Amino acid sequence: MSILDTSIADQPRYDCRDAYVETLAELAHADHRIVGVVNDSVGSSKLNSFRKAFPDRLINVGIAEQDMVGVASGLANGGRIPFVSAASCFLTGRALEQIKADVAYSNANVKLCGMSPGVAYGELGPTHHSIEDIAWLRAIANLTVIVPADPVETAAALRWAAASDGPVFIRVSRMSVPKVYADDYEFRLGRAITVRSGDDVTLISNGTVLWRALAAAEQLAAEGISARVLSMPTVKPLDVDAVVEAARETAGIVTAEEAVTGGGLGGAVAETVVQHHPARVSILGIPEFAPTGSAGYLLDRYGLSPEGIADSARQLLKTSS
Amino acid sequence: MTLTVEHTTMPVLGRLPIHSSRAEQVAHIAEVARQIRIQDLKLVHHAGAGHIGGDFSAIDILATLYGAVLDITPDTVTDHERDRFILSKGHVAGALYTTLAAFGFLPVEELATFLKPESALNGHPNRRKVAGVEANTGPLGHGLPVAVGHALSAKLDVSLRRTYVLVGDGELQEGSNWEAMMAASQYQLDRLTVIVDRNRLQQGATTKETNDLDPLPDKAMAFGFAVVEVNGHDHGELLDVLSAVPFRPGKPTFVIAHTHKGHPISFMSNNVAWHHRVPDAAEFRQALTELEAVGRPRYDREPS
Repeated sequence: MSILDTSIADQPRYDCRDAYVETLAELAHADHRIVGVVNDSVGSSKLNSFRKAFPDRLINVGIAEQDMVGVASGLANGGRIPFVSAASCFLTGRALEQIKADVAYSNANVKLCGMSPGVAYGELGPTHHSIEDIAWLRAIANLTVIVPADPVETAAALRWAAASDGPVFIRVSRMSVPKVYADDYEFRLGRAITVRSGDDVTLISNGTVLWRALAAAEQLAAEGISARVLSMPTVKPLDVDAVVEAARETAGIVTAEEAVTGGGLGGAVAETVVQHHPARVSILGIPEFAPTGSAGYLLDRYGLSPEGIADSARQLLKTSS
Repeated sequence: MTLTVEHTTMPVLGRLPIHSSRAEQVAHIAEVARQIRIQDLKLVHHAGAGHIGGDFSAIDILATLYGAVLDITPDTVTDHERDRFILSKGHVAGALYTTLAAFGFLPVEELATFLKPESALNGHPNRRKVAGVEANTGPLGHGLPVAVGHALSAKLDVSLRRTYVLVGDGELQEGSNWEAMMAASQYQLDRLTVIVDRNRLQQGATTKETNDLDPLPDKAMAFGFAVVEVNGHDHGELLDVLSAVPFRPGKPTFVIAHTHKGHPISFMSNNVAWHHRVPDAAEFRQALTELEAVGRPRYDREPS
């Protein structure tokens, strides 16, 4: 983790798919069991170089998501470690029952990589937005759900997934983000990371919104408000202790994610707080089918900008005092 | 209602030695299938639930696969190089459990727990709880894609292990099967065999009245499969076809096994009412009498 000298908003930006394909190739070189499985999504998953390096180990079933996930389960039965790479909206929406039955319930060693999740497809509209994926998958037993925040965490989560035995879903962002973590960051399942300390209020975030929460904390600090920022890459299993600690030690929690406001990270945090240590919780996300607009525009529109997150924190502090 | 020992007395008949003659194999499979039906009838009657119609249409196929086709034994059930059998029509779990017990994969006594609280023997099979189950099926249209994935893994391994998947005919109305068939053909998975339990009945009506599958052979051929039709209750035909695959190099095989739901019970056979009806006491006795009346084949040597 890093506490940066200059504002996080001014750092260079990265497309996490680049870290994804680089890490996948590195893992595939080291372990012959690793294969890619795609639904014609070679280009959109940036897997052209992987296909060149491992022509037999990139299985393209065509535009057929149900088959894609079933095939991955069968490959796992035969001892392979499939990394399914497909646009998160189609992977999780079209093949939800296969994810439940063939992967999670069957305990198949399949890694589901939801590419370009959230509102990454911007102007293509709600059919292509994948804001429901976290809520859907969090409801499925025996399935780990990870939302990395930057290229470093994307790579670290992939390495962890390859080494772990069992079903995992990982979001792989398309929208460019600054690096939040130092290069030696090691992913630990179910552990929140305090990326900024603070005592007044807690911001819990992940994915493309985490850096925005950090930038919000910078703005709040300028006003004398000390905001703790918790990075929560593992939505399931959730770090209950870190959430309870935040509920106990600060005036309230703002969650911010590139997902629906029901059932995702915000829902998980709210469930935890309500059961263990009731506290104020503000849930930021996208509560409806979004209008036309770029990904960046839409995040800002729904209060997921640094300013919007800081506003929610101020509001929460005002009403709780 | 509790199951007594009397209800779980199926003998573990196992497989015949590999050098047995075809006639011996066929006679043995016929007897195992008869025993499986008797046990399955008891299972459904005493559990008060199950899918006996579909069980009885599939049992001859299951008995043939486990009896003489699949390279799997209770000792090799986790071997990487074992053949794989995936039951896509997971609702005939009772038939699968009974078959697994007949071949020694599952203790016969465990069948008494079928559908009971906390039993490993759920209404649909669970690979995490029952040795020999390869995929947790139940929702239709799932087994064939999983089978394609396994066949692909074998091809990547340059392995000769085979993949068999049993699908219901009504189940083929699920589009995922056809997605999988296109991929099987594209990847030339000729060690994959799809067996269709073609009993022409679904839950409440005939397939023809519901969403007609015919011309099924033409459709499978158009999707790149080598197509063979057999009598799904003729153990000799099943044995010959299922052990002879692939029929065309580079092509997966599609075996249409013509069957009757509820076969061979006089009042169940080909009767849509028996999809998941449970026999009452009188029906149970009559069905048992009919199954016990079928002559036991004679053996020249003891089964191994």
